[in-house]
Amino acid sequence: MIVKRRPKILDPQGKAVEQGAKLLGFNNVSGTRIGKYIEFFVNSNDVNTVEKEIEEYAEKLLSNPIMEDFEYSYKKVDET
Amino acid sequence: MKLKFGIVVFPGSNCDHDAYYAVSKTLNYDAVFLWHKETDLQNSDIIILPGGFSYGDYLRTGSIARFSPIMNSVIEFAKKGGLVIGICNGFQILLEAGLLPGVMLKNKSLKFICKDVYLKIENKNTVFTSSVKKDIIKIPIAHAEGNYFADEDTLKSLEDNSQIVFKYSSPEGIISEEWNPNGSKLNIAGITNKSKNVLGMMPHPERSCDGILGNTNGTFIFRSLEENLITI
Repeated sequence: MIVKRRPKILDPQGKAVEQGAKLLGFNNVSGTRIGKYIEFFVNSNDVNTVEKEIEEYAEKLLSNPIMEDFEYSYKKVDET
Repeated sequence: MKLKFGIVVFPGSNCDHDAYYAVSKTLNYDAVFLWHKETDLQNSDIIILPGGFSYGDYLRTGSIARFSPIMNSVIEFAKKGGLVIGICNGFQILLEAGLLPGVMLKNKSLKFICKDVYLKIENKNTVFTSSVKKDIIKIPIAHAEGNYFADEDTLKSLEDNSQIVFKYSSPEGIISEEWNPNGSKLNIAGITNKSKNVLGMMPHPERSCDGILGNTNGTFIFRSLEENLITI
């Protein structure tokens, strides 16, 4: 899952990182924004259950809907 | 009747003992610590969510603490009109819990700021501020994420309902970007909910109660509560 700050919301961290980019001479770089990458397992074979659980997890805890959006992808893995 | 404060302790709280000391030793009220895994508020009159770094500030400040078992009781208490004060990290937890509107972003400077600031008291008609004599008070802040953000509609409704209680200002009460330590919208330092029984503030009143620390401006909040609750 990727949690991103909404485009209109200030990202001081991204701004600071971009200052580093300028110092390194990456003059073509702009609009650096920092988000979060989160990995987890959902233990179910039912696609609806899996998606429901991922979305609820994202809405209730992993993101704050006031300032962030999320997107996700998943794949089936065998039990280990 | 003696006021009783319930001070919630989350893993990573670090102003819990400061709050306990301020209300019980300096101001002579009753106080109990409430471990976050408990659900009993022990008949407290006022709940304090103290400052610190609950759950290491992981994910977002306050985002995990908000789901601690005690928070269900705190939310229920607040919805019935119970008095709750969130200081610093406590304010961040109240935002995540939805008891107050908005979110906290990192300070504009990206720095942890620990210093005295001036606050203009914007609303003295609350149980938290009614006994404050001054219009502007000096009080310490200590945070990395106090950059209060809310959308324009929310800010307007905060203003329309007089929910903004404290704004960062100059010693004379001038509210401008120059006197805003963290970049917060409208210089906001503290707000209440619509019904004015939940207060969130970034500055630390509990660190300015004991005269030996050179500043007793924080006492007015607790004295206001006493005045209001005892007369009720």
